[in-house]
This record gives sequence, C-alpha cells and structure tokens, in this order.
Amino acid sequence: MIHSLPRPARIPALILGIMIGSVLFLPLLFPSSYALPGAETYAPPCLAHLCGTDLNGRDLLLRILEGGRISLLVGICGAAISLIIGTAYGLIAGSARSSVDNSMMRFVDILYSVPRLIFILIFINAFNERLQLAANSHGWDWLVGSSRLVILILSLGIIEWLTMARIVRGQTLTLRERSYVAAARVLGEGYWTILRRHLLPNLAGIILVYLTLAIPSVIIDEAFLSFLGLGVQAPQSSWGSLLSEGAASINPLKGDWWLILFPSIALLITLLALYSLGDALRRSISAKGR
Amino acid sequence: MLRRFASLPVVLLCVVTITFFLIRLSPGGPFDSERKLPPAIEKQLLVKYKLDGPILQQYSGYLKDLIHGDLRLSTKYRNRSVNEILAQTLPVTLTLGALALLIAILAGVWLGAFAAARPGSFAEGSALALTLLAISLPSFVLGPLLILIFAIKLAWLPVGGWGTPLQLILPAVTLAIPYAAVIARLLHDSLRETLSEDFVRTARAKGLSERAVVYRHALRVAILPVISYLGPLAANLLTGSIVVETIFHIPGAGGFFVNSILNRDGFLLGGVVIVYCVLLVIFNLLVDLSYRLLDRRIRES
Repeated sequence: MIHSLPRPARIPALILGIMIGSVLFLPLLFPSSYALPGAETYAPPCLAHLCGTDLNGRDLLLRILEGGRISLLVGICGAAISLIIGTAYGLIAGSARSSVDNSMMRFVDILYSVPRLIFILIFINAFNERLQLAANSHGWDWLVGSSRLVILILSLGIIEWLTMARIVRGQTLTLRERSYVAAARVLGEGYWTILRRHLLPNLAGIILVYLTLAIPSVIIDEAFLSFLGLGVQAPQSSWGSLLSEGAASINPLKGDWWLILFPSIALLITLLALYSLGDALRRSISAKGR
Repeated sequence: MLRRFASLPVVLLCVVTITFFLIRLSPGGPFDSERKLPPAIEKQLLVKYKLDGPILQQYSGYLKDLIHGDLRLSTKYRNRSVNEILAQTLPVTLTLGALALLIAILAGVWLGAFAAARPGSFAEGSALALTLLAISLPSFVLGPLLILIFAIKLAWLPVGGWGTPLQLILPAVTLAIPYAAVIARLLHDSLRETLSEDFVRTARAKGLSERAVVYRHALRVAILPVISYLGPLAANLLTGSIVVETIFHIPGAGGFFVNSILNRDGFLLGGVVIVYCVLLVIFNLLVDLSYRLLDRRIRES
C-alpha cells in the first residue's frame, strides 16, 4: 500500500502509521497499576517509567499514549466533519451563479478574519451542559461521559471547513468548464448527475490532500482549547491537557522538564508527519496536473 | 470599497447578536456558583446588572448601551466596568500582538525570499523543512519549551511577567514563529511563480543583479498573497495571545477572557469578543486598502 504513495510521502505515512498503531495497542502492554495514582510523584525518566511520572505518580508514557487516542480521534473526526461541510459549500458555490458564488465566498472571507476559536469556546461552554442534560433525560448513557468530546469534535469541524470550501470551489470552477462536463450537459444529464459522476470523482484527490492538512489543524485547535482547560476534561486527557499540566509545573526552582518535553515530542511528531504527508501529496497532485 | 465599509456594521451586529445569545441562553447565571442568595438580593443584583426582564428586551438594551460605548459592568469583578478592565489590559495584548505581527512578517518575508532565490539548492530545502517544523510548533508547545531553555536552563531571559522590554522577547517570539513560517511558505511559492514571469526575464536581460531582480522587482508582485493573509493572521495572533498570555503570566485581555468563560461573566466575555472583532474588522479594511494601493491592476469592483 505504501508503494502507491509518491516517494516523499512514504516516510511521513510510515511514521503516522506507527504513531496510530502505538497509540492504539501499546497501552495494552502496561501493567494496570501504571494508570493509577502512585507513590512516586514527579519521578524523572528511568527504566521503570521511560518518560517519568506526573504529579499523581501516574506513568507519563501511558498518559501520552492514551492522550494521543483522544487527540487523534478528535483530529480525524473533526476533519471529517469539516470535509463534509467544506466540500458541500465549495461545490454549491463553485457551481452556482456568479452572484451567489460571490456572496458565499465573501462570507468565507469574513469568517476567516473573525477569531473563530473564540466563538467556539463560548459555543462549547453554552451547549455542553445542555447536551449533558438532554443525554441524561433521554437515557443516552454513552453520551453522558463523553458529551464534551462530542461537542468538541462537532464544533472544531464547524470552524475548520473554510480552506476546504475555498479549494473545492476553485477546483469546481475549473472543472465545470471542461469539455466533458459541457458534453454531459448537452446530453441532458441533470445537475446532480453531473455533480456525482463528473465533479466529485475529479475532486476526490484534492479533497483527500486537504483532509490530511485539516487533521493537524483540528489537533492544534483541540490542544489549544485543552491547554486553556476549556477542551477535554478530566478524567479524559489529550496532548493539549498534558501540556497544560506540564506548563503549570515548571518554575525556576524545579524544572520537571519531562512533563513538557515528552508530550511536546508526541504532538510535534504527529503534526510534522501529517503536514509533510499533506504537503508531499499536494505537490504530487499539482505536478500531475501540469 | 464603499460596499466593504457598508458591510462593517452588519458584521458587527452579527457578532454582537451571536455572542449575546450564546452567553445568555446557556444554562446557569453569573450568580449561581456562590452560596444560594436570598431571592430579594438576587433580584436586586439582576436589576443592577440589567439581567432582568424578557431576553429580547435585554438584548435591545445591550445594543443601546453598546452604541453609546458602554460595555457594562463585570459580574465577577464587582464594581469594575468592562470598559475599565479593557482599558487596562487591551494595550498589553495589542503591544504583544503588534510586536509578534512585526516579527512574523519580517522573519517570514526574509526566509521566504531567501529560499525562493535559491531554487533547488540545499539551502532552499532546509529552509522549507524548517518552516514545516515551525508550523508544527504551536505556541503552547513552543512557549514552555522556550521557557525551559532560555529562562530556566540558560537563565538569559525572564520566565514571564510584563513591564520590561526583556520580558517581551520570549512571548512575542513564541507567538510569531508559527506564523512567520506560514508567511515564508506563502511568499516562497508565490515568488517562485513570479520569478518565471516575463517581466522578471526582462529585468534579468537588462543585466540587473539577481538581488535587484528578486528584491526590487519580483518581491513587489509576489508579496500580494502575503498581504491578503494579514487579516486571518491578525485573527490568529489575537486568539494565540490568549495562550501566550497564560503561559508567560502577562496581564492582558486574554486571561480575563478565559476567566470570564469560567465565571459566566457574560458582559466581560462579550466585551472582549466584541472589541476583538471591531479591531479585526478595522484591520481587515486597512489591509484591503493597502492591497488595492499596492496592486493597481485590481480594479474597484
């Protein structure tokens, strides 16, 4: 499978695969006591605890791996939502009359220049309790514990679709002028058929590329919110909330550097792999187009 | 251009409306968290903070106050008005933001031009790799790491705080680095494209030095995508400054913003959001104007 990727994309794809695999399966190898508060608080990295322990004596490596599950889950699901919204919006704008297109894109411009994350912060706090109340009264048990996570994913998807919409719209504008689309129109194919048979398949490549680039943005946004203590809530943790704990524990008197360094490395490797994967794919697509 | 000015109040009205209803319609009031108040006192408090009456009436009253420039009272910091709090904290945030903007533009443009002027070289490759690394270093990763290195291990710079120029360096750099990288990549791509255009070939044919070709001729055209990125950049910097202020213990508006969410301090929260949006909308208009001045090929639409 990896051989079907363009050469510069292979290494990031491999790193990403390893990261996802270890986040999913490595926590199973840890003794169960590592997840519980222990006597050894703030232990520096040693053989028993490769990344040290945190303020409650929990093993940091295990926490990073489990936090990675949440971070990656939010990233992938949020990006998927942004993909759906962005693709639909871009397709409609790109295939509509130019006056509609103009006002739709003007709206995107405005959204680009307002602090969207700030609105999302308010949104999450306004609706989290409502969702929890609704979940309780309807007996949706699965939602009660993770309502915060669900609303986080939804809202991050809602703010990250702008770039996707722009790209899809631009691509649609050029595609609709192609002769095979004109031919389909002459043959009497309807709007939806053209959309489904001719536009969407040709957009799939570029959508996939921008999905790879949307995942790291969502991961960063989630980490931002969790860092401020307004994203993922305990007992769940993500890389953002681990970093926040780490940042809270450094001061000139005692530098518990491992609490910052190791979550940073995990986040950095993941973001770097995703960005370089997306970048390599984008370059190979635009090279093919020429 | 006039149309853009006309859209300004509409955008602001939307911002105000969304903010107001998001805050007011969320369950729980600003006085819930403390011990239960006697009904008479609670009623008095609600009247004092103008939180009584039907929601639409509250909304129109709030709009009226806003038009008069009154952002109302904070419900957490009793007896302090939001105007007062913002007057103290906003200059701090804006200083930090402006400095970060400057660093991001200067460093980004320099690095982007440096890389684009050396196509296919090792220098270009490593500069692009560096930008990719920098984009993957959001401020909440970079900030603590920089503190760890420069403030604690090397002890060259203060850990945080506000007041001296030395205390400004780390937070501004932390805030600027990821966006400098974005600018560098934008400029690199657009400069590579510009350098293959006809007028560049003409400039080269005239015998101008490569330096003059890149910096005096091509850069003028290639800078345009960077200019149109300045609007979103300013929004990102304002958002990012919330985290940076938290990390470096800077008494800016960001810390008040986070606390106002936790304390359900609606008018303070609304005040910060509305003032941020007004600033950004004005900034975007200025960017638009300068874009038009720089590129006369864009006709007034």
